[in-house]
Amino acid sequence: MSTASMRMFEAHARLYRKNWRASVFSSFLNPVLFLVAMGVSLGTLVDRAGGLGVPYLTFLAPGLLAATAMQTGVGEGAWPIMAGFKWRKSFHVAVTTPLEPLDVLLGTLAWAALRVLGVVVAYALVIAAFGAVALGPSLLSIGPAALTGAAFVAPVMAFTARAEKDTALSSLMRFGIVPLFLFSGTFFPITQLPVWVQPIAYVTPLWHGVELTRLVATGTPTTLAPWVNVLALIVFVIAGIAVAAPAFRRKLFI
Amino acid sequence: MSEPLVSARNLVKRFGDFTAVDGIDFDVERGEAFGFLGPNGAGKTSTMRMIGAVSPVTSGELSVLGLDPNTRGVEIRSRIGVVPQLDTLDLELSVRENLVIYGRYFNMSRKTLEPRIKELLEFVRLAERRDDKVEPLSGGMKRRLTIARGLINDPDLLILDEPTTGLDPQARHALWDRLYGLKKRGVTQIITTHYMDEAEQLCDRLVIMDAGKIVDMGSPRELIQRHTRREVVELRFPSEVREVGEASVLANFDRVEVLPDRLLVSTDNGDEILTSLVDRGIHPESTLVRRSSLEDVFLRLTGRSLVD
Repeated sequence: MSTASMRMFEAHARLYRKNWRASVFSSFLNPVLFLVAMGVSLGTLVDRAGGLGVPYLTFLAPGLLAATAMQTGVGEGAWPIMAGFKWRKSFHVAVTTPLEPLDVLLGTLAWAALRVLGVVVAYALVIAAFGAVALGPSLLSIGPAALTGAAFVAPVMAFTARAEKDTALSSLMRFGIVPLFLFSGTFFPITQLPVWVQPIAYVTPLWHGVELTRLVATGTPTTLAPWVNVLALIVFVIAGIAVAAPAFRRKLFI
Repeated sequence: MSEPLVSARNLVKRFGDFTAVDGIDFDVERGEAFGFLGPNGAGKTSTMRMIGAVSPVTSGELSVLGLDPNTRGVEIRSRIGVVPQLDTLDLELSVRENLVIYGRYFNMSRKTLEPRIKELLEFVRLAERRDDKVEPLSGGMKRRLTIARGLINDPDLLILDEPTTGLDPQARHALWDRLYGLKKRGVTQIITTHYMDEAEQLCDRLVIMDAGKIVDMGSPRELIQRHTRREVVELRFPSEVREVGEASVLANFDRVEVLPDRLLVSTDNGDEILTSLVDRGIHPESTLVRRSSLEDVFLRLTGRSLVD
């Protein structure tokens, strides 16, 4: 990362200092709520039926970790970008200085990745505290989960930079992210889905992320070779940057 | 004579089929306040953005500080200051934090920034509001803060796009005073405006733009002398006799501009016009003799008034 993009990163950090308390609080509260509601309460019913091989809480936790990384990544790739271009216009301000659109993109991406990492670390600690996964593997699974988040940040940044209206973002959440959240193996193995639907999961980054995170956290074998999952996530990151870079330039240097 | 700070030859900016700037030429000399006067949509902002190296030149030549903005944008932007048309301050941050973030974009160290911020806030008369949030500041204060922000890197050239649009008269005058102070310090300024009085107050030289072209160029005084006479007589007729009244004025005087609500007669002696109106039995509802302004120049050059 160039020093110019580091300065963009720094600007995000300075703004974040204003409201870090609320965001840190919700980073810990969310996993507690989800693990209690889904993992413990629903888990008791699921475990009674059996069939998963591990307690439902243990199955669910890494899935939720990856899914939360996705949601954070999507959020960071959407709202701050729309704000930078449209609401606060801070990106337009930044490029009146020596910063170039690519510096704005990379600095913002790096900041978003750090935000994802923060949320994932908090989640992993809560998962360990619940005893869903032991502390060691729980901490190790931060890696694949953070990569999952990054695989969403970059493409969603590209999407937002190309979107004309902010309503595009709510459509993305409704028709893109919610289905992914529900059907990417977070809450149940995708083998529960009709056979013809299953291949669709292979092209979604969340499924790769969930597979990888679950492997690291609980040792559950992956469907494809793990390096395929890693590669798929990296491709999403690179493709996102490749599409976002010209979009940022077009939008800022009209 | 030294090389101009900004120089344009046959400069063109197109957005798809729309030509925003249509082949303009101008030179801005070091130390002067140079104005772009024209109505909304004349191409002023597009020209400013090209000078500011945030908008690629479509064709023609443009040199800013001796550099080509299409290839040397980073260097140009590190040496100029920009005050955009709309305030783009971070409302939830403090006055000082806004300047720190911007200064850091220029890679200024904490050590150089703090005294610079202190000096600038004193200059724009915001020293007491240093640690206050930006949100509750008045429009005039926000604009002054935006000017301080544009000066953070001690620029060779300051670009101000419509600096007083939306401000009340008192805030406008306070701002003009600060811009005049900058001029005395030798900061070269490029100012766009659609206010005649602002152009007359602030600019040493200006170009008048309309529909992407430069219609004329000169000092405010030169332009007024070239295109209007010394005074303007404004005449209003009651609506029921307006057509008759206007016809008789047009028949008796030359240099008359017809506006929807009034007639403007350009003259070297306004009182003479008033006397000869009475002699000819023409009785407007109201009359006003005033000095000619750039508004009259614009009207003369384009046949339209500046304010829509």
